Amino acid sequence: MGRQTPLYKLHQELGARMVDFAGWEMPVQYGSQIGEHHAVRRAAGVFDVSHMGIVDLAGVRVRAFLQQLLANDVAKLKAPGQALYSCMLNEQGGVLDDLIVYRLDDSWYRVVVNAGTRAKDLAWMRTQATAFDVELSERADLAMLAIQGPQARAKAAELLAPPDAQAALALASFLGRQLGSWFVARTGYTGEDGFEIMLPAAEAVSTWRRLNSLGVASCGLGARDTLRLEAGLNLYGSDMDESTHPFESGLGWTVAMEPRERSFIGRAALEAIVKRGSPRKLVGLVLEDRGVLRGHQRVIVPAGGEGEITSGTFSPTLERSIAFARVPSATSERVQVDIRGKLLGARVVKPPFVRAGKPLVSLATEAKDLP
Amino acid sequence: MSNAPADLRYTKSHEWLRSLADGTVEIGITDHAQHTLGDLVFVEVPQAGRKVQAGEACAVVESVKAAADVYAPLAGEITAGNERLATQPETVNAQPYGAGWLMRLRPAPGALEAAQLLSPADYEKVLAAEES
Repeated sequence: MGRQTPLYKLHQELGARMVDFAGWEMPVQYGSQIGEHHAVRRAAGVFDVSHMGIVDLAGVRVRAFLQQLLANDVAKLKAPGQALYSCMLNEQGGVLDDLIVYRLDDSWYRVVVNAGTRAKDLAWMRTQATAFDVELSERADLAMLAIQGPQARAKAAELLAPPDAQAALALASFLGRQLGSWFVARTGYTGEDGFEIMLPAAEAVSTWRRLNSLGVASCGLGARDTLRLEAGLNLYGSDMDESTHPFESGLGWTVAMEPRERSFIGRAALEAIVKRGSPRKLVGLVLEDRGVLRGHQRVIVPAGGEGEITSGTFSPTLERSIAFARVPSATSERVQVDIRGKLLGARVVKPPFVRAGKPLVSLATEAKDLP
Repeated sequence: MSNAPADLRYTKSHEWLRSLADGTVEIGITDHAQHTLGDLVFVEVPQAGRKVQAGEACAVVESVKAAADVYAPLAGEITAGNERLATQPETVNAQPYGAGWLMRLRPAPGALEAAQLLSPADYEKVLAAEES
């Protein structure tokens, strides 16, 4: 029996198919996974992400600690409530986890980490924190809901008293704010606008029901995965892990090599990689033939060499298969993918594939299109 | 919650078989199988003329989240694959026992008699055992 979020019984009541995800019993879908995907692209959907780890960090030297701990630089967070996406690396430059860090005030930050890595992350952070006299506390008292889609913010704001609703709607992207018992942030993992709300666990069920009654669709991890892949967002454990570094994971943009005097864990390893160049990179693929790209399928590069799909799926928005693949750095334009022994053609693209409901890759049908 | 029509026979791996008047059998996946897979987005069916052995993987059904092989329940020669599924794989979700059939097969001599097929009641028992 896996761990359960405060919404477990409600998921069952709503007819969700439950699966094990990183030791948690989570809803993969309530009805049609494609239907849930479209609900988020076209209107609004709500996801239970309470399995993710919310960790508060407090202490007068917390900023210096996070500057040492994370590959991105929390000095970019100028105002309370600002959020930053970052990798947490080991000394070899391998990715221990990817996370969001919020600056709540000068001596109080909050990080949200992946469910599958939370125990490992917490142990790592505690080890690193001792030198900085920073106190870590896991916020198991909070549930977290992601409300995503073009109508998500307006629907979620209906649950708040008028002054709080105005404050929530005024939030800029990647900004959060404590509003009563809720921490509301304009962040997400779907490529759509929306909020992620951290709220007392006891309020989770009633909030979900009210969202449903406003027409916000219950959405499971299945739709979350197709949405994030379309949006060009990595999944930890599939697209990167401890054996891969950010520059071969499409995450170079999240590494702050400037200012050069900032020391952070993994920096020396990354500098060596920058100097000699990364032999591999992460790209997007769009399958030109019929079929479905899946993780671990072999990618054959015409210029020579091979790569591997890190995650792949059917894109409900594009109605064809898309993937991330780790390939030799010289890869361009086209590759072939080995699907059950057949070599199928795929086009190399720069993710994201879809943002704010709109396809970003050309779907120009070529000679190999459907008959 | 399952739905296993009385006029069909079944396999433990969730295929169904219908005997047709011309001596061939029509094969598909059960309602339980399509429901477990979820929205199908790709189906690959065998070409007519292919000879298959009992238990041989001869079709593939893929949903958004997973790919699954479909096995020939008995030996024989494929007489037709359901071409409609190339462009409308969702037909299998909507009508698993009807328009969503996957293939038709002419059994090899004695193959139908030798095949280990389940009655609807026995298939329901398989499902009940999987649930528990």
